[in-house]
Amino acid sequence: MLTCALAIFFFVMALIFAALYRPPNPSVCGRNESGTRVWIWGLGVGFPLVTLAALTAYGLFIGERLLPREAPDLVTVQAQARQWAWTFRYGEDRAIATDGVLHIPAGRPVNVEITSTDVIHSFWVPRLAGKLDAIPGHVNVLRIEAALPGTYGGQSAEFSGRGYREHVFTVEAHDAASWATFLAEGTQ
Amino acid sequence: MTLPSPASQPRGKALRLHLALARIWASDQRIRGWFTSSNNNDIGSLFLIVATSFFVIGGILAMLIRAQLATPDSAFMEPQVYNQIFTMHGTVMMFLFAIPFFEAMSMLLLPGMLGTRDMAFPRLGAYGLWVYIFGGSAVIIAMLMGLAPDGGWFMYPPLSSAAFSPGIGADVWLLGITSIEVSAIATAIEVIVTVLRYRAAGMSLSRMPIFAWYILVVSVMILTAFPPMILGSLLLEVERALNWPFFQVENGGDPLLWQHLFWLFGHPEVYIIFLPAAGMIATILPVMARTNLLGYGWVVAAAVSLAVLSFGLWVHHMFTTGIPHMGLAFFSAASTLVAVPTSVMIFSWIGTLWKGRARMGLPMLWIMGFFATFVIGGLTGVMLAVVPFNWQVHDTHFVVAHLHYVLIGGYVFPMIAAIYYFMPLLTGRTRFFKLGEVAFWLVVPSFHITFLSVHMAGLLGQRRRTWTYDADQGWTALNLVASIASFVMAIGFALTILDVAVNAFVAVRGRRNPWGAGTLEWAGAIPSPAYGFASIPIVQGRYPLHDDPDLALHIARGEGYLGDASRIRRETLIVSTARGEPLQVVVLPGNSVLPFLLAVVTSTSFLAPLFDAYIVAGLALVAVVALALVWAWGLGGRVDEGHVDAGHGAMLPLASECRDPPGWWGSVFLLLADGVHFGSLLFGYAFLWTVAPNWPPHSYLQPQLWAVIVALTGALALTAGPRLAVRAIAKGGTAWPAITLGIVGSLALAIAAASVMLDRPGPARHAYDATLWLLAGHVGLHTILSAIMLCYLAARVAAGYASPARIGEAGIVKLWADFTVATGLVALAAAWLPGAFA
Repeated sequence: MLTCALAIFFFVMALIFAALYRPPNPSVCGRNESGTRVWIWGLGVGFPLVTLAALTAYGLFIGERLLPREAPDLVTVQAQARQWAWTFRYGEDRAIATDGVLHIPAGRPVNVEITSTDVIHSFWVPRLAGKLDAIPGHVNVLRIEAALPGTYGGQSAEFSGRGYREHVFTVEAHDAASWATFLAEGTQ
Repeated sequence: MTLPSPASQPRGKALRLHLALARIWASDQRIRGWFTSSNNNDIGSLFLIVATSFFVIGGILAMLIRAQLATPDSAFMEPQVYNQIFTMHGTVMMFLFAIPFFEAMSMLLLPGMLGTRDMAFPRLGAYGLWVYIFGGSAVIIAMLMGLAPDGGWFMYPPLSSAAFSPGIGADVWLLGITSIEVSAIATAIEVIVTVLRYRAAGMSLSRMPIFAWYILVVSVMILTAFPPMILGSLLLEVERALNWPFFQVENGGDPLLWQHLFWLFGHPEVYIIFLPAAGMIATILPVMARTNLLGYGWVVAAAVSLAVLSFGLWVHHMFTTGIPHMGLAFFSAASTLVAVPTSVMIFSWIGTLWKGRARMGLPMLWIMGFFATFVIGGLTGVMLAVVPFNWQVHDTHFVVAHLHYVLIGGYVFPMIAAIYYFMPLLTGRTRFFKLGEVAFWLVVPSFHITFLSVHMAGLLGQRRRTWTYDADQGWTALNLVASIASFVMAIGFALTILDVAVNAFVAVRGRRNPWGAGTLEWAGAIPSPAYGFASIPIVQGRYPLHDDPDLALHIARGEGYLGDASRIRRETLIVSTARGEPLQVVVLPGNSVLPFLLAVVTSTSFLAPLFDAYIVAGLALVAVVALALVWAWGLGGRVDEGHVDAGHGAMLPLASECRDPPGWWGSVFLLLADGVHFGSLLFGYAFLWTVAPNWPPHSYLQPQLWAVIVALTGALALTAGPRLAVRAIAKGGTAWPAITLGIVGSLALAIAAASVMLDRPGPARHAYDATLWLLAGHVGLHTILSAIMLCYLAARVAAGYASPARIGEAGIVKLWADFTVATGLVALAAAWLPGAFA
């Protein structure tokens, strides 16, 4: 995307400089009828339509992969935001709860059910997925998946007042064994 | 046009005409002249100076932000202060600078471009200016008192609700911004009627200067985009003041409703800001390239389609709010599609450069700055339309950098080009001190250094609106570079303003039309006199000055229309909308302090609630109505003048003796905005019903048969009354029985609306009840307005202001009554139907 954007930018700039510094004889593009054809239809309409169609299709294709689809080994957790803390709940009846640290199994798809109890926040773990808003009265589902066990930084990404900068959390991705231990300890 | 040769004209005719017109159109030269003038030159200049002052204030706030972010763990500002500063920076730049600045430019330039003598409603223009000054100043004063809003410039509830933003900061924002929106709507109506009706003879729509097209499109957009925002502000203010739960989930509200209403306004707003600048480029660039615009019709079509598309994109600001996937796909595609008309414009301009022989010069230099910046902004914008990318960079500094590329590159740079290009016209002086070039080379490179760094910081994850960052987050160098470059940029902007100011006051006198442009604004004397043109030009093409190099001389000698000042009043020509044929002669009002006074009481009614002075606010509202009636009473006449001589053998009727005076056209467009506002209310109702949690409510409003019958009877009477009144006046008969019928009808409708409120006493219980109250309130307000107008009409008839010819006012009242009936019935149906079928 960046490469294409740079290419387009330099192309446009080159056209402008060519226009400013070309020899003064009127070229083919200069006359009105052919000028309209080249500049308006070719470059004005045709050029963006082709590039944009490609880009949009690409975006939709990628977006399709981010959808929270059904999966056999799916884990569902709940993320509840408030000013300025996060509470995460696990298990069938949401019996297990942790504050500030989200525990997930590595290598398995996880659905995060995001909501808020006060103002609007946003759940964002940059290395695992994009962001999705936590809105009071609504539950938004974000699919994340950590390929490897480890710790990932997360933060709120919707301005929420005085404590916004410190409104962060961490994601702890466990291997299968320690995930089982986490669930077992929590249920006790 | 066929004109006698200049030699046969007596010498001195132009001078005599000039002196006569200057006397008629002069504003008061004393200090009080500033408060009584309604001339577009005075209003526009004041508008421009005030908007520039707000730009300076917004710039200082930006410097505070960059100072804070220059180093990690900065102790310069606390988060409470920082939150106010960035909220105010966005608010000041978007609402107090960007929109008023192009309004100022169009007031200064439009009459000249169109070949008319002033704007359509000079007093409305003055009113808009003063409301803007009062509203804007109130916001700034509140900030200096430490009472500024701190929820970000888009004020998302619940953060901006009373529970999470106590104090008056958010109220200052809501009421201040609403008053500025009122001013913008007033100006938009003025611009539309001017462009559609006040032009040179023979200037058909296809011969209009390209800027007139752009500003026409923008003004229609203002009328359709601002009402959702005004509704949103109203809902939030009512929720904060009276606890009506529009955005509270537990009582049937939904915070997402605000986001929809805000971005329904907010996205078109971006194009409302960009299109005037694009209009300037399309005006200036061909002249600097010594040719004509390539693909004029295509550029117009692109501007119109950009306007239409921009209303389908608001959701792309909400990609992270959990919009269904199909919705995402649709809005993502629509968001990328908007690049097509933009690219048509860009390539039309580059094609124009190829067609002509470009000369450099300061205006052209700034346009080059525009190209280099705006293209990047457009490309990052396309990136943001791609949903997966958006999900990562949303609410980071990448978005901040993108919007600065678009707004500074796409708006500020072209506007500076426009200032330099039009300076000879506005001040009569040619630039002498060459500080401007230095300023340009300070601003543009440092702009790119600043915001490329900010782009990078965003990609590295720096969130916007965080008051500081840690040294180990890896953003230190980028932010320091951005801050240093931003200070250089600020110095550059300061030098630009200094350069313009110095050259405006002390540079050497210049000659007329220094750039060799072909459009009419360069055909008058410079600097433009108060009366604009000594006679209304007659044009036969898009570039009349190229068709007839002596045009300026002919105009000055009074050889166009209305080139005769013997009637000693401010006259100008009204033409047919499409073809530009002379239709009417309109008499514009003279100097008056009424607009200033009306602005004072309007602003009081907005600002008094901040201090819980509800009685003062109520009294101010009464004063608004009273002054508005006094204002209207002073217009029109008591005798029929018949057709007057407009020159060239044309005998034209006065506008006040036509069925469609300018006031009728203005009403049509004001009602368009009002209708959009009402439509937004219905949208909010439907949105809450279908999307908000905790719906449906426990019980529905049950319609009562008597109320339905009263409503239908009232609607019938209010439809018939004004119609019969118009007919009676047209036949010279007695109008008061018909007017009384209308008044009774409006009162009946008001009673039906009141019954809705009485049946659901408790608008704070549930969003359903609150919405019913607003629907009923809409009906109540409009029935009261209709009743006041009908009473006013009866008084006018009794005082002899109406006649079979002077029937325009009755037509305007009929228009308002019809709107009241139509929206009233829809509102009551929306309130009653769910209960009737539940």
